[in-house]
Amino acid sequence: MERNTQTRNLTCIGCPMGCSVTVTMENNEVTGVTGNTCKRGDDYARKEVTHPTRIVTSSVRVKGGRIPMVSVKTASDIPKEKIMEIMHCIDGVCVQAPVHIGDVVLADAAGTGVDIVATKNVERCQTL
Amino acid sequence: MNYELVIVGGGPAGLAAAVSAKKNGCDSILILERDGELGGILNQCIHNGFGLHTFKEELTGPEYASRFIKQVEELQIEYKLNTMVMDITRDKTITAMNRTDGLFHIQAKAIILAMGCRERPRGALNIPGTRPAGIYSAGTAQRLVNIEGYLPGKEVVILGSGDIGLIMARRMTLEGAHVQVVAELMPYSGGLKRNIVQCLDDYGIPLKLSHTVVDIRGKKRLTGITLAEVDANGKPIPGTEEDYQCDTLLLSCGLIPENELSLGMGIEMERVTSGPVVNESLETNIPGVFACGNVLHVHDLVDFVSQEAATAGANAVSYIKGGFAALSPETPIEATDGIRYTVPKKISVSRMPEELTVRFRVGTVYQNCYISVYFNDTRVLHRKRPVMAPGEMEQVKLSRQELADFKDLNRITFKIEET
Repeated sequence: MERNTQTRNLTCIGCPMGCSVTVTMENNEVTGVTGNTCKRGDDYARKEVTHPTRIVTSSVRVKGGRIPMVSVKTASDIPKEKIMEIMHCIDGVCVQAPVHIGDVVLADAAGTGVDIVATKNVERCQTL
Repeated sequence: MNYELVIVGGGPAGLAAAVSAKKNGCDSILILERDGELGGILNQCIHNGFGLHTFKEELTGPEYASRFIKQVEELQIEYKLNTMVMDITRDKTITAMNRTDGLFHIQAKAIILAMGCRERPRGALNIPGTRPAGIYSAGTAQRLVNIEGYLPGKEVVILGSGDIGLIMARRMTLEGAHVQVVAELMPYSGGLKRNIVQCLDDYGIPLKLSHTVVDIRGKKRLTGITLAEVDANGKPIPGTEEDYQCDTLLLSCGLIPENELSLGMGIEMERVTSGPVVNESLETNIPGVFACGNVLHVHDLVDFVSQEAATAGANAVSYIKGGFAALSPETPIEATDGIRYTVPKKISVSRMPEELTVRFRVGTVYQNCYISVYFNDTRVLHRKRPVMAPGEMEQVKLSRQELADFKDLNRITFKIEET
């Protein structure tokens, strides 16, 4: 069988350093990762060329809170192609104050098995 | 009212400074914050990527802030919200006001300036055209979307590729707006590479380098803008104009430290950073007045703000408790050959810690060049860096022993060298 060797140059998004990472692949299998300066870069590069994932962050409405929105995120990374679907699911969500960091505002978003959790504390509005 | 330490600003810098001061033994601390909650700009930075250095995990802005707010609460550090500081005098009398206390004065022994920065507005950019609604600074749009719950527009053009502009390109896209293009005047982006990848490339948003807005149209609401390519001097090139129809223009064209209070009390300023000139202790020319975070110089990473602020907090306590070493002669740090500035700008060996972090920015993009540090005419550091860019702050650590051992040290020079 003909060997199909490929290289891909990526910028790691694991942290603000943004290392330039080169991935070598043979027949769509990763055979090497270079240029990364930590384990995170290796993980990112392998995922990025096979099944890229992202953390999605957004905000949802909150009723009776000190402010009208509470920020949220996916509890873990989700497949990149699911980002827009997840945003549509989040769109209709409205929660009641108080909300605290880590509270699940939507379970199993878009069938990913990943919950949407609050990333901010929004206490009840004191004034009536 | 009397406090040993008053901290102006309850954002990341103010919070970290307060926590550090308390842990270093100061029990009389007051934080003054003009917003309705602590946390500062982190509250609207709902994206992730904060705290990898400080907490070894990737947090969103509000989560990062909450780690420090929790410490402030647990350490029972006092703070006043919705409180605007109006004036500070050289003898450290603070005039502030809020709805419950009215106008009031506080006498402090030491002050930490942690007011942060604000965005450069349209008026400072000299963009020709009409003055319709629909033109926002990127941070204003960020607050509207993430905290107030409004989408400022549907068809969007972004001028400036700083991190906030890039983050907002993604945010507006996720909320259903169409971001047509991000234009950048310079031939390189002012933002982090990772943000170009995950905010623009992921969503197919084009980045046009060496381009700027040369016309704004619309009477009541923005109807369109014109982009043009610019030459090496930043001048628009005739014939390269392209029209875009849009209802929203976001500006991400730089941040300016908010130093009206500092200027009012006669603090010496650094022209390049628009922040105070500070020594190794992050102390300004007024003894007992310290500065940290974005009011001192604009940072890219909040982790470094927290580190810097913790240092300022500890130094303020030394000052209050009288533990400050006598000031030995100050050695100036000169920034030349591609290095725009350094923080601090001068070092007194008697007061510097064993290892002192000097932070700085370069003036343009450098590849495979060296950061060099000279003591008088002797090169003491020569470090190769594959890439350096104005958008990414650099740092070097200086050892006290090395400074102390160097005979007749009268100047330190930071420069970029090709070999």
